[in-house]
Amino acid sequence: MDFPAISVSDLTKNYGNRSAVSHATFEVPMGTVCGFVGPNGSGKTTTIRMILSLISPSSGTGTVLGHSINHPEKYLPAVGAMIEGPAFYPALSGRENLNVLATLGGFPISRVQGLLEQVGLGERGGSKFKTYSLGMKQRLGIAAALLPNPKLLILDEPTNGLDPSGIQEVRELIIALAKSGTTVFVSSHLLSELEMIAEYIVMLRLGKVIFAGKTAALLSRQAGILVARPEYSVDLGKIAEIAKIHGHEVTIENGEARIISGSEWSAQLNRLAFEAGITLASLTAVSPTLEETFFEMTGDSQ
Amino acid sequence: MIRVFLAESRKLRRPTLVLSTILAVVGLEALFTSLLYLLINSRDGNSRRGETISASTLSLPNGLVAAFSSTATLLGVVALCIFAAQTAQEYSLGTLRNLLVRQPSRMKILGGKYLSMAFFALIMDLLALIVSASISFGLAGHAHVITKLWTSHTGLHILAQSFGNVFLATLGYGTLGMILGLLLRSPISSVALGSIWVILIESLLTLVVKGIDRWLPGQLIGTVGGGGMPGLSYQRGLLVGGIYLLVAGAVVAYLFKRRDVSN
Repeated sequence: MDFPAISVSDLTKNYGNRSAVSHATFEVPMGTVCGFVGPNGSGKTTTIRMILSLISPSSGTGTVLGHSINHPEKYLPAVGAMIEGPAFYPALSGRENLNVLATLGGFPISRVQGLLEQVGLGERGGSKFKTYSLGMKQRLGIAAALLPNPKLLILDEPTNGLDPSGIQEVRELIIALAKSGTTVFVSSHLLSELEMIAEYIVMLRLGKVIFAGKTAALLSRQAGILVARPEYSVDLGKIAEIAKIHGHEVTIENGEARIISGSEWSAQLNRLAFEAGITLASLTAVSPTLEETFFEMTGDSQ
Repeated sequence: MIRVFLAESRKLRRPTLVLSTILAVVGLEALFTSLLYLLINSRDGNSRRGETISASTLSLPNGLVAAFSSTATLLGVVALCIFAAQTAQEYSLGTLRNLLVRQPSRMKILGGKYLSMAFFALIMDLLALIVSASISFGLAGHAHVITKLWTSHTGLHILAQSFGNVFLATLGYGTLGMILGLLLRSPISSVALGSIWVILIESLLTLVVKGIDRWLPGQLIGTVGGGGMPGLSYQRGLLVGGIYLLVAGAVVAYLFKRRDVSN
């Protein structure tokens, strides 16, 4: 299979004069975990809904698993999705809710119990959905998305409402699915989680794609930070001066000088400090996190 | 569409819906059929609007279905509520997106859903007929009604015909409910508007404006259920009511097919 799992080109959705998604163009390679990030209202869910054919685009084209988004019947049987939180029938049990979807999709009912156990709901499958906690509802949503044994799994905020161990379980599940060849397209606000699992990132801001590519490429675009801690704090000012003379921005906080620079300047800084009679107690190169990069690129306040 | 039908049937089988429907239908038929026989000698009448259906009339071949036919509109209102709520809840719960991901053909979703609810209505009408017929046989002796002709060839033919008419009316009201559910996308609004319109507003309009019942959808469908009424023929009810439902159904089906699913 040499086609991408998802490919959209100039995908646009307008509501009157407002553009929810504007000329979005990106690809998600087959068999990867791709993070889909952006501030609230940036158009993530609208894009996902267009991919799933729930919303018709105003313009633009797209393919999912090699089929046009105009023919969802050709690709949706191989797609699992949880969009904007889990939505189920409150008066039915978790198991019966999955049975409804399995019947509708033509999947064997025998898969249901296994999926309930996989997401940790094996013993509560018979309880009514309305009695579930938010975390349990979320787990049921993930189980429903896994029903078709999908080639492409689309998850919109799958860790909402989950406790730390639940978040870890979802992370491990996504990694395991990716290892088995499933493409996972996951939108999340937990950027530290995404950084751990996502090989690719698509970043949206105000309905426009501002980055689409490898996570490593995204992070390398941002300058790193050198954190220098002198033996004596009175030398902090001198270090800042040295950094500024060499064209680097610097801030001083908590007894450390934080210099915006790549790790390649650390040797020179060490030498310059030594020549100025300063002994550095520590000098650490810190790479930018996905979260810092996100805030930098989207201009979203922390 | 068969998979949609089966999936929808799973939702309709939930105990709360089944039990409440059984209670409503049994209660309705028990009340109307019992009153017909127990008040047979009452000066206030034993039928709607103070009319009296005598023992000799009830002894005719169509006597067995007299009570059952008179409940067509109320059975229809029950169907209207079920069809409207089952349809609109997909929007209010946000479950429509799950359905459309698993079955992207919106017409198949709509068709399968309709068929499963129609089947539910058929079972409901059958239960109503069984309850009404059982009570009729049980109370016939008390009211001095002779039941011999009820099981004659003509009696059984009328029984089948009346059941068909009541089922058609139930489907008609149910279709009206589904149309409202698709338009309003809220179970409470569609159930409230539908039942208030059929039970209250149409009745008031009929009393105030002479001849308007010839144009009101609820009255027309009710006429089909009763096998025709004075001043409003069965054929007109079937034709005009059918046209109303077909046109409205086509419009909402088109909207359902085209509308974005944003919730």
